[in-house]
Amino acid sequence: MIKSKSYIRHQILSNTVLFVVTLIMVLPLVMLFMSSISSERTLLLNGYSFIPKEFSLDAYRYILSNKETIFRAYGMTILVTVIGTGINMFLSASTGYVLSVKKLPFRNVISFYVFFTMIFSGGLVPTYLMWTTIFHIKNTILALIVPNFLLSAMNVILIRTYYSTSIPEEIYESAKIDGASYYKLFTSMVLPMGKPILVTVGLFTGLTYWNDWTNGLYYVNESKLYTVQILLNKMIQDLQALQTNASTASSSAAMQIPTVSVRMAIAFVALFPILVLYPFLQKYFTEGVTLGAVKG
Amino acid sequence: MRKQKGKVSLKQIKKFLPLYIMILPSIVYMFINNYIPMTGIIIAFKKYNKQKGIYFSDWCGLDNFNYLFQNDAAIIIRNTFLYNVIFIILGTIVGVTLAILITNVASKKARKIYQSAIMLPFLISIVIVSYIVFGFLSAENGLINNMILAPLGKNPIKWYSTPKYWPFILTFVNLWKGCGYGTLIYIAGIAGIDSSFFEAARLDGASRWQQIKKITLPCLVPSIITLTVMSVGRIFNSDFGLFYQVPQNSGALYSVTNTIDTYVYRALMSTSGLGRSAAAGFFQSVVGFSLVMVVNGLVRKFNKENAIF
Repeated sequence: MIKSKSYIRHQILSNTVLFVVTLIMVLPLVMLFMSSISSERTLLLNGYSFIPKEFSLDAYRYILSNKETIFRAYGMTILVTVIGTGINMFLSASTGYVLSVKKLPFRNVISFYVFFTMIFSGGLVPTYLMWTTIFHIKNTILALIVPNFLLSAMNVILIRTYYSTSIPEEIYESAKIDGASYYKLFTSMVLPMGKPILVTVGLFTGLTYWNDWTNGLYYVNESKLYTVQILLNKMIQDLQALQTNASTASSSAAMQIPTVSVRMAIAFVALFPILVLYPFLQKYFTEGVTLGAVKG
Repeated sequence: MRKQKGKVSLKQIKKFLPLYIMILPSIVYMFINNYIPMTGIIIAFKKYNKQKGIYFSDWCGLDNFNYLFQNDAAIIIRNTFLYNVIFIILGTIVGVTLAILITNVASKKARKIYQSAIMLPFLISIVIVSYIVFGFLSAENGLINNMILAPLGKNPIKWYSTPKYWPFILTFVNLWKGCGYGTLIYIAGIAGIDSSFFEAARLDGASRWQQIKKITLPCLVPSIITLTVMSVGRIFNSDFGLFYQVPQNSGALYSVTNTIDTYVYRALMSTSGLGRSAAAGFFQSVVGFSLVMVVNGLVRKFNKENAIF
């Protein structure tokens, strides 16, 4: 095939624009990483940069030596992500499956019950009051797992749609005749047959828990419950308190704020697993986004 | 939906009992996490008393709303609404443009790299984004003051106390973080276009630009409408992280960064702000709900296929 001049021109144009866009997307992350391996002196003297004048791994040494707060926070992030995602997937998969069984009496009523939560919400104030005054979850690990993220109607709809097109209706009936128990039905059919959609939904849920800082902001002020994201958030708050309240700058809060490079290193460490896993999981993320746009 | 004829028999319920048990935990969770707060929305019409709780506090009529609308409502509603309008328009333009550019690239490998790069910021938590933004904008050692303004001989700018820059900064950060999402959806839309359209156009000697204008864009209209309808339904909602975390909760910037969501949070956490916080939240929930219904109804009227429900 002969490639025309205009074809080549289009290729050059598209690639140039996209190359610039790629730089815009990636360079800020390079800056984050570079400042985490800069010496503190360079950061204070020359400021943030893409290529620091003086390299230093002090920030990472500090993190490795600081088992009390940073290690602990990292462990909390992992714990919350695993438990939260696990329960979420169990609830989403079973709900999605049940709603895909067309003969189920009251199916439409239950579907509406789930769907309505997507278009109407009580908002932060009643939610906050309920969790803190009725269920008293403030400063417990439940506060990081239970509110908001355990079940999303959107995920249920995605899973339901998947099951209703991939599991034949009769399977439930034949499974019943075989005397399959409810537990067996779930582990031997619902989970394996929904694998592709469950992986996609699970990844997004995992990402939500990993990146969450709002539940911590609302319900947690006890440092032993901090996840990495909450720790990062608290460090910003402490810095602001320091700047606006110069008179109390010598107080203990000021002493505890880590240096710039350490802060950037903690941020990078929080991001690191996502960067490492992303190339392998990109397929699922792409799928999840495109699926989400298709109405249920 | 086809409905079963006749009444639901007890036998039938019994047959499906395992399924009802299976769905019970979710029903209970949604009842607590979503439905109890929905009823708690009445707190906006009450004078909240800690001892009496949400349901037994005394009614106070529209006091909370009067206070809200006499003081802060105009600015937070304006900010929330205008930012969303800008985000929707620019998000669509950038998303469609990037999708067309990426699908135009011949090398499969290059396409994948671009797509990955554009999607990457979407995965980053907004707290980390605010650290990155601070690296660029910090007054003392930020990258922009040091590496761009200083060599040009300009004075450093105190970004975090100068409101006039923030509409641009927040719009840029929002696009940087979010444009990958729309781009992916539009790429999927373009991939779904029948390739024979393009072949026929090429045989007729249509230029690349003509193909985009006459084939690609019209075929993307349904996706554009779906995404826009979803965004318009949420036009009084804002990304709390973007407006709270990225400006680092700086009081000097509230005039351009305070949205309904940041206002609700800050008022709720202040000593006597629960009433106005609840009123603002009520406004957001009820107006948001009505908007979703109206917009969806309108779309349904013109083109049933594009409606969300």
